[in-house]
Amino acid sequence: MGIEERESFFTTTIDSLVSWARKNSLWPMPMGISCCAIEMMASADPRFDISRFGSEVMRFSPRQSDLMIVAGTVTYKMSHVVRKIYDQMPEPKWVIAMGACTSTGGMYRTYSVVQGIDQFLPVDVYVAGCPPRPDNLLNALLEIQKKVKNGNQKSKREKIYIAE
Amino acid sequence: MLSSEKIYKSLEDSDTIFTIDDSIENTMVLNMGPQHPATHGVLRLLVKLDGETVVSCIPDLGYLHRGYEKLAEHCSYHEFIPHTDRLDYLSPLANNVAYVLAVEKLIGIETTCRVKFIRVICCELARISSHLISVGTFAMDVGALTILLWTFREREKIQDIFDVLTGVRFTTSFTRIGGLANDLSDEVKKMIENFLNQFPEKLDECEKLILKNKIFIDRCEGVGTISKDDAIQFGATGPILRACGIEHDLRRDAPYLVYDELDFDIPVYSEGDALARFYVRLQEMRESVKIILQCLDKMPNESIRINVPKKVLPQKEKIYSKMEELIHDFMLINFGINPPVGEVYHSIESSKGELGFYISSNGSGYPWRLKIRSPSFCNLQIMPKMIVGSMISDIVVIIGSVDPVMGEADK
Amino acid sequence: MKELIKKKLQEKLSDYIIDIVEFQSDLTFVIKAENLTIISKHLRDDVELEYSLRDILAIDRYTNENRFEVVYNFFSIKNKLRIFLKIKIEDAESVPTLVDVFQSANWYEREVFDMHGIKFYNHPDLRRIYMPEEFQYHPLRKEFPLMGIPNSISLPRN
Repeated sequence: MGIEERESFFTTTIDSLVSWARKNSLWPMPMGISCCAIEMMASADPRFDISRFGSEVMRFSPRQSDLMIVAGTVTYKMSHVVRKIYDQMPEPKWVIAMGACTSTGGMYRTYSVVQGIDQFLPVDVYVAGCPPRPDNLLNALLEIQKKVKNGNQKSKREKIYIAE
Repeated sequence: MLSSEKIYKSLEDSDTIFTIDDSIENTMVLNMGPQHPATHGVLRLLVKLDGETVVSCIPDLGYLHRGYEKLAEHCSYHEFIPHTDRLDYLSPLANNVAYVLAVEKLIGIETTCRVKFIRVICCELARISSHLISVGTFAMDVGALTILLWTFREREKIQDIFDVLTGVRFTTSFTRIGGLANDLSDEVKKMIENFLNQFPEKLDECEKLILKNKIFIDRCEGVGTISKDDAIQFGATGPILRACGIEHDLRRDAPYLVYDELDFDIPVYSEGDALARFYVRLQEMRESVKIILQCLDKMPNESIRINVPKKVLPQKEKIYSKMEELIHDFMLINFGINPPVGEVYHSIESSKGELGFYISSNGSGYPWRLKIRSPSFCNLQIMPKMIVGSMISDIVVIIGSVDPVMGEADK
Repeated sequence: MKELIKKKLQEKLSDYIIDIVEFQSDLTFVIKAENLTIISKHLRDDVELEYSLRDILAIDRYTNENRFEVVYNFFSIKNKLRIFLKIKIEDAESVPTLVDVFQSANWYEREVFDMHGIKFYNHPDLRRIYMPEEFQYHPLRKEFPLMGIPNSISLPRN
């Protein structure tokens, strides 16, 4: 690792060490709102087993988690709650918009549904599907892990789209 | 915020059952939800506490109000089928069947016998998968996490059957007006049989784990008790009503499809508490297994679409090869099915209770008004009655035993 | 059974019933709004009927007179028969509440009020049930557009 040489790249190794640790222990905050929440629960079950990627610790307290999975249709009434919970999460934090309704409003072009949560939240990964299969959610998690591994906050706003 | 103030005010106003004389001012208002792991979605409860006892409780709904009824007025009758999946998202197939039966009643057509049997199989599989989640999450809320993993393992097997039968795991959109999207193939039949053969044994395993557990029983027994009269007064249906000792099941009382030809029991318990509701669900799953096995036996070999070209979509493969079918398909998709003017209501017994669709038609291709009578909404109304007077830790038990699905309650 | 109940209801309530509609085996009695409480009390208390209220819905006909129809869905566990009561009202006309007869009417009426703006007098707690309290419109009225009025509901700041 070059620790005994005491060279200038020492800090960068700490950085990469931290992001390596962070990447493998992303604690999700399951913002389960509707149908997608069931598929999110399915991704934690013995078949799909999200714990293979170190994310089985679903924390219902926003203060203990660093990845928010918004699963389900966000209505105007709910949007204030989602934003408040996002604000309560400590930095650094990432957001997965799971499913069509969350990403764009989906099939609900109605008066009460927010047409895409990026109107009030910074989203990192959009997952297509109504609802996405659990394997697709795992794919999104891997994409987030890649992002975390790179560690540089500048690329945080870069958006990733996962097709169905 | 304005809305919260109003709710607090109505909390203050609402008459309370517990009045403790000479006590110090020690009530507090606690906000529970909409983001709370035990509220099964986005239910919000405002509870007023005196120590640990709940003095009054006001549910706040609408966090998942997606405007289905408005949307239905802008959808043709066929276009609304995918929307019904997402109503009660734990049993999408039952919703498909309920909606399609209502439209068929409006047009006045009846499907073939095979379709009816397949629909019954779908409804009952959906009931099992819904109750599995309900039982699992209920046990998890009480503290027995293992059950959830075990019931999910069983549910995945049902999802696999749906995957082959309908093409998707979850949001099935399987039924069509006057028929089904696909036939039930021999492969699926075999899968269902394999599942049913091992399922009761696995259910026994789950039961053994909790029903002999003193902690679990003590946590649920006598919690959230309601009386017979209250249940009827508040319009509760489904397992809640049957746990109060009323033998009411629309499958028996107003038979639809082929339920009158099938032999099954309706589990009824008289206690009316959370444990009784839990038992009703467990028993219902066993009854569903019985129903499906009978259906697989009795199912005749027939076409899965009836031949009413002005109302029923033709088979997809015929559209590509026959002129007439192509024209009918074009007319149906573009101008709708144009049912007669009138109003109908049809309801089925879904896993939560009475799920009904009231359709008012003015003769055009779009419904003039479509009202969904959702069981979760009506069952939620009785919840404050159960909660008031119990301890704060019993709230999660009561919500779990009512088993509301907010997608359906908020519409 | 159905004919029997129909006949019985016709005899007992003949003064109140304006019209009886039967379409695809669904039985609807059209009545006047002021008689609603008496009839529903009778439906509940008669030992041979024992009806309970299952749902309330409103239909916006979008006509100049008799704009709204309010439909009450009753089911009797004893007779296993469903009937509907229908009342026709003008725009901005209020309807007597059924909360003192059936407690389940509480939320059903709140839902109708939220969606159509029909007021129920003597209702103990007539608040919106789905939409936020500060929302000004009633979505299921026909003049309300599907996509809503822009900026009528607030979003959180980004």
